[in-house]
Amino acid sequence: MKFWIGVAATVALAAGLALSGTNEYFFYAGYVVLQFVVLATAWNILGGYAGYVNFGTAAFFGIGAYTAVVLFKAVGAPLGVQILAAACASGLLGFGTGLLTLRLRGIFFSIATVAVIFIMHTAIVNWRYVGGATGVQLLRPPAMPLFDSYTRMLFVVMAVLAVAGVCIARYIEVSWIGRGLRAIRDSEEAAECSGVPTLKLKLFACTVSGALMGAAGAPLPMYMSFLEPASSFDLNYSVSALAMPMIGGTSHWLGPVIGAILLGSVQQIVTVTISNEINVLVVGVLLVVFVVAAPDGVLGLLRKLKWLHRSSR
Amino acid sequence: MLFGILVGCFYAAVSVGLSVAFGLLDVPHVAHPALMVLGSYCTYLLGRYGWDPIVAGIALTPLFFLLGVAIYRFYYETFEKRGSDAGVRGLAFFFGLAFIIEVGLILVFGVDQRMVEADYIGKSLSLGGYRIPWRLLVAFGVALLLTAALTLYLSRTFTGRAIKAVAQDEPALRLMGANPVRIKQWAFGIATAVTALAGAMLIVVGPVEPSLDRVYIGRTFCVVVLAGLGSMTGTLLAGLILGVSESIVLTLFGASWAPAVAFGLLLVVLGIRPQGLFGR
Repeated sequence: MKFWIGVAATVALAAGLALSGTNEYFFYAGYVVLQFVVLATAWNILGGYAGYVNFGTAAFFGIGAYTAVVLFKAVGAPLGVQILAAACASGLLGFGTGLLTLRLRGIFFSIATVAVIFIMHTAIVNWRYVGGATGVQLLRPPAMPLFDSYTRMLFVVMAVLAVAGVCIARYIEVSWIGRGLRAIRDSEEAAECSGVPTLKLKLFACTVSGALMGAAGAPLPMYMSFLEPASSFDLNYSVSALAMPMIGGTSHWLGPVIGAILLGSVQQIVTVTISNEINVLVVGVLLVVFVVAAPDGVLGLLRKLKWLHRSSR
Repeated sequence: MLFGILVGCFYAAVSVGLSVAFGLLDVPHVAHPALMVLGSYCTYLLGRYGWDPIVAGIALTPLFFLLGVAIYRFYYETFEKRGSDAGVRGLAFFFGLAFIIEVGLILVFGVDQRMVEADYIGKSLSLGGYRIPWRLLVAFGVALLLTAALTLYLSRTFTGRAIKAVAQDEPALRLMGANPVRIKQWAFGIATAVTALAGAMLIVVGPVEPSLDRVYIGRTFCVVVLAGLGSMTGTLLAGLILGVSESIVLTLFGASWAPAVAFGLLLVVLGIRPQGLFGR
């Protein structure tokens, strides 16, 4: 019950902010943070629960963005349709990648997902219709009447996506699917022996995770009103989507959300105040530090603190 | 075709280090290409003082050996020793490490391409109507020597055999009274030292930029997986296969498709024959 009140409050807050007179830049930056909430949550479904490290976030994200572009150019589809189609396309990609490699040990899956990024990137570079390597310019349609600007509308859309993503992740976590995935993470052989349909569950997780990443990418072309392959298939998305759950904590749905909000905000601040390179450096360093020093992330640290607090009383 | 063979040998040489680290030691060393690019930049730095790139590469090997030992020591203490979940966190660790190296290079050297000067760079050898650039021939020669030396080392010397033994059965080695961690540390050091030389060749073959490691993640892992983990002769053969198929795609479809070849081949191998050509 508390969870659903939180969900409603988040959506209401996002919509309220968008309708109020807050500075436009807030929405510009907030969109990116929310986008990372979706990506991190999506990554965690496979990476955190099942322990399969996906380096291919950028591939799913980019395919989502380009699906949206194709639909927009071809039939002028509205944003909602674009997002749905992007989710389907990326979900399919996830299913395909999973089918090909999830039978193998974890690291092969990881390397294969890097491969997917580069293959998709190359394919898009060679596809004239979507602009090839130079990219494609898009004209935003007018925003819905309620909103002052398109960016504000996209902010709310992304907030809804983030909330939806978290709901899906939470559902998976508390249902038997999540239990199965955790069993896979702890010992795949043991899980298989005790009747967990490991391959099916992994495929399911990979598909859902891919679909969510695609949905996160779909509004990107409208947000930038421009799209080019080098930045939409950037490995930086992969490392961020991996670092955020690791920093927040991978075992609970709240972990990626905390990680994404923390790291996403820091990234925004650093990008504006210092430079984009330092921004990536911050992600890398934080990732390594947390992986080494706090394997359970911020959530783990909080839990430890609470425990200390209790035991001292 | 000839071009493909030359480049293929070069690919084999840049992958032997990974073949040891990942193939034999089972360390998910995604940062290998980043270390190689780091080697290239060190070579570039020494090159500015008039050092020949190959000499510089050899001079760098002891330094990289120590670096490799340090990295493995750290990896062992923080992940392998703790045991649980080492896979996920180890992968994330090396991925983060790769990014730190890449961005560090960008911050120090900028995003521009860098190259080195040497007598054999820029000239080419005419052979019956073909023009073969000397830089490729030099890289080819060093690559062959390097691979051969490492193969001999692993099969003939005591430590080399010990490394292979660790790969085959670690508990058994422990029972024999040997310390697997020290052997692994040594092997990882050698793998990293070889990477320095590979980096020197990389900058001989062409200009280098910090983000080059991303493409080489595909090339090196493709070669290592195709070879069958840890097989040295397989590495050479797999490098040749990759080099030749890349040059075929290059001539048939153009340069813009070339980066996908290694990754495509990798996916195909993983899907069809994950144990590689000479799988254990």
